[in-house]
Amino acid sequence: MAINWFKYAAPASFYGLAGKMVPFFAWPAAILFALGIYIGFFVAPTDAVQSEAYRIMFIHVPVSILSMFIYLVMAGYAALGLIFNTRLSSMMATALAPTGALFAFIALWTGALWGKPMWGAWWVWDARLTSELILLFLYLGFIALQASIDDPRRADRAGALLAIVGSVNVPIIYFSVKWWNTLHQGSSIKFSDTSMHIAMKQALFIMLAACWLYVIAVTLVRVRSIILERERNTQWVSELAEVREGERS
Amino acid sequence: MNWAEFFAMKGYGLYVWGSYGAAFLVFIIEIILVRHKRKITLQQLRLMRDAGEGQ
Repeated sequence: MAINWFKYAAPASFYGLAGKMVPFFAWPAAILFALGIYIGFFVAPTDAVQSEAYRIMFIHVPVSILSMFIYLVMAGYAALGLIFNTRLSSMMATALAPTGALFAFIALWTGALWGKPMWGAWWVWDARLTSELILLFLYLGFIALQASIDDPRRADRAGALLAIVGSVNVPIIYFSVKWWNTLHQGSSIKFSDTSMHIAMKQALFIMLAACWLYVIAVTLVRVRSIILERERNTQWVSELAEVREGERS
Repeated sequence: MNWAEFFAMKGYGLYVWGSYGAAFLVFIIEIILVRHKRKITLQQLRLMRDAGEGQ
């Protein structure tokens, strides 16, 4: 049996598939958030050095990891759209950018609230913090650039170039704590290390999974609107039940 | 451990709850915004449909 791998690369088929997939990501995300918060606050013990303040880690670390990861996925989709001229990949890149920007913002916000009691400062021009701030600006630049170009295909191409060039910043953020002598502490997740309590690790990975599922769910909902907007003059959109049978306005 | 003690977070309450509060507030706002965008997009498509029928 031949499988048509490109079937869901067509916006028309992906629109329906994405709609069916949303609850399968949204509900597990909600359940895992609740479980992660429970383990993070009621099971994980108080930290010997940072007392209760360390609990910020369970939201700060997953959100920060994803702020970088979303950027790479966004740049990857943008690059695919640029190289193969596939419309859906470019729409995915556009759909990921706002969530990425929000995640970069939460990473900086929770970082400031963690930095204040631990370092005595909300903000320092440290390599890790500065490169994460640049990441936020790259997301905002990508969104602003695409919004400023009326022709969606040209906006896709211009945004893709910015996204690809900007992706050099991601390894800089990731390795900043190793390359430079930063105030920011080293990686919390080390695969060889046993210093972290098992419940702390569980809370961290559950919250990471929850954030991941949340990002997928919210991006799928957003990309569906983008698909409808860009394909508004096509036959298949006008034949959709939600368009055809909707109330008169 | 009572609830007052729990929310105090040994003096770090402002920082801990300020982090989680902001994060989940952003998530809730984003969910409202993407759902609103879908509603608006569908409304516009129906307006286009009705305009097309009038021609």
